[in-house]
Amino acid sequence: MHIHTLERNWLWVAGSVVALLLGTIVYTAIAHNIHPPGQMETIDSASLHLGGEFAEDQLGVRVGADGQIRVTLVAARYGFFPRNIELPSGTPITFRIASADVLHGIHAPMTNLGTMIVPGYVSTVTTLFPKPGEYPLLCNEYCGLGHDHMWSKLTVVDPQNWHPDR
Amino acid sequence: MLDTASKKFVLYHFWVAFAAFGLASVLGFYQVLERSGLLPLIESSRVYFASVSTHGVLMAFVLTTFFIMGFGYATACNALRMPLWNPRLAWVGFWLAVAGTLLAAVPLLSGKASVLYTFYPPIQAHTLFYIGATLLVVGSWVWCFIMIRMYLDWKKQHPGATVPLPMYATTANAILWLWASLGVALEVLFQLIPWALGWVDTVDPGLARTLFSWTLHPIVYFWLIPAYIALYSRVPQAAGGRLFSDELARVAFVMLLVLSLPIGFHHLYMDPEQGSGFKLAHAVGTFLVALPTLLTGFTVTASLEMAGRTRGGVGLMGWIGALPWRNPVVLAALLSLLMLIAGGFGGIVNASYAMNTMVHNTAWVPGHFHLIFAGTTVILYMAIAYDLWPGLTGRQLHSTSAPLLQLWTWFIGIIVLTSPWHVLGLLGQPRRISSVTYNSLLTLAWTPYELAMIVGGAIMLASALLFLHILAKSQKKGVMAPASTLDQTDSAESGAPVHSLLNGFKVWNLVILVLMLANYGYPILQFFLTRTYGSVAFGY
Ligand code: HEM
Ligand SMILES: [Cu+2]
Ligand SMILES: [Cu+2]
Repeated sequence: MHIHTLERNWLWVAGSVVALLLGTIVYTAIAHNIHPPGQMETIDSASLHLGGEFAEDQLGVRVGADGQIRVTLVAARYGFFPRNIELPSGTPITFRIASADVLHGIHAPMTNLGTMIVPGYVSTVTTLFPKPGEYPLLCNEYCGLGHDHMWSKLTVVDPQNWHPDR
Repeated sequence: MLDTASKKFVLYHFWVAFAAFGLASVLGFYQVLERSGLLPLIESSRVYFASVSTHGVLMAFVLTTFFIMGFGYATACNALRMPLWNPRLAWVGFWLAVAGTLLAAVPLLSGKASVLYTFYPPIQAHTLFYIGATLLVVGSWVWCFIMIRMYLDWKKQHPGATVPLPMYATTANAILWLWASLGVALEVLFQLIPWALGWVDTVDPGLARTLFSWTLHPIVYFWLIPAYIALYSRVPQAAGGRLFSDELARVAFVMLLVLSLPIGFHHLYMDPEQGSGFKLAHAVGTFLVALPTLLTGFTVTASLEMAGRTRGGVGLMGWIGALPWRNPVVLAALLSLLMLIAGGFGGIVNASYAMNTMVHNTAWVPGHFHLIFAGTTVILYMAIAYDLWPGLTGRQLHSTSAPLLQLWTWFIGIIVLTSPWHVLGLLGQPRRISSVTYNSLLTLAWTPYELAMIVGGAIMLASALLFLHILAKSQKKGVMAPASTLDQTDSAESGAPVHSLLNGFKVWNLVILVLMLANYGYPILQFFLTRTYGSVAFGY
């Protein structure tokens, strides 16, 4: 196979660019543990309401024994329940979300919070909100004709002003 | 060589493709108008999502499949100088695909299949929609089979000879599509159709998404490869030069074939049903598949530079101005490359494992794929049509300037449509919404961008209609083309000998098998090893 010098040089450039990008991604993934959400955990979406972690009275914000703040949400047409949550800024928070019906996605614009919500599986994602403010929680996967109307509200406050409900 | 009957056959494919394109463009313009909220009278999520579903299916499945089949038949006959193999079977494939399209159109247009072109369960469409989609794919399998058969026949008749590049690439695409469509075929045949018919009560949406991702990435290369074939085999000659390197072109097509298949999890980065390890493995493959595109950008630019210098261009940039910008194929290639560069940057953001979180399922995503699909890819489909039209119809294009105006307006429309769309995504707007109802100040910032998109959509719609007009008018009223210009057999006669790895696919099929087993084996198996919970059907 004959490769022109120019081509050879270009192959080096292209290869290096790709290697640099990939190196950054693999390095941050492994060294800093930066991953998108992802570990398979199944749940029966049809019986969330019958009890357990996603039963209605268990939803919302709570502080675990280890001090970790945990938010449990159910995504169902058309909202994320409970519809209003309040969280402290600058604190790592773990979201656990399950769907009661179809596919949904959640994201809060201008933050790192985002995950798909697939019926039959639990989505877990940990993030923190650097800035206090009001953020909409938006559904970003088509879930039916009311998809546009699927949103809830997140209020992020200074940690001093934040009081856990329970 | 294309005989008269085969020319007609190819034209049938092109007209189905472009009719779908025309209808879908009208829907596209309606969509940008509806979603902006400018005209309260036309607000209706029911109509909107029926429209987006139809627009997506027509553009992504109908335009592409029929165009690729028609172009493939023409390429095979022209490049191999062979008659079409088994025309009767080929017609069967065509009518199967047409029947599938019509079957799916009924529920789509009547709002019984507003599930979008990705048809993710557990939202369920009318059974006819799934059956129609299946027939369309089965029709395209007939095409794959004929392409591979013609390639094999030619090799048998020319032992040791190098398969002409356009046919090598077309065969690669046929093989790619057979591999790629297997994922969605498994999903539709074993999950969705039995479920839609009521034979089973539930489907597992996680498994369905995994199978769909198997198809979803390589399908974009199935769409793109015809455009690359034009870039490699038509553009250099049209510019007055020659291809810089035939061998590296083959390397690029092989890499596209092998590497685009085992990487579909970049569509599932944000999904809960797959683990981080496999997602990272697919991320690595996703970046590797950028290499053949970088290679293509280089080879095509180098070929254009040689052409520009032959035509008297001097200096670092002078060759660009010396290129024949008034040749539709060259113009489309230049505009296509510009959009590819812009779209490539966006693609790197999407592919970036963690950074994807910022843009996932936001308006950025349709912005990105309209740029690279409706832009980079479709503008070359248009150029290919202009290039082939005289040979297929026996008539010259009725105007030399109208195609240039059409290509420029398509480019400008794409830029005006997709730039604000990307910004909307960065401002947090989700994709696939028909109105903005969020009670949030943030959304005030979205309005001007939505209005700009209407302008882009209007320019594109006008350009799409002009495109159809040029083709129809030329076919009916164009001046008879002189016979000498009609011979479209490729001047790039079967070239210098190449390594047998770059002249065949056996080894590559094995490599694909291994990579697919490695990257999809366990991720699919896991659904059968764990207790999973299926979903019953939901309406929408
Ligand atoms: C006349 C020009 C066009 C306009 C104004 C337009 C506009 C739109 C709009 C507004 C959507 C809805 C996207 C969303 O809300 O997420 C959409 C979806 C889509 N468009 Fe276009 N489009 C045009 C041409 C094209 C072309 C040429 C292609 C490809 C060949 C294409 C492929 C698609 C696909 C596949 C979808 C479905 C996306 C989904 O289901 O999320 N469009 N288009
Ligand atoms: Cu939704
Ligand atoms: Cu992809």
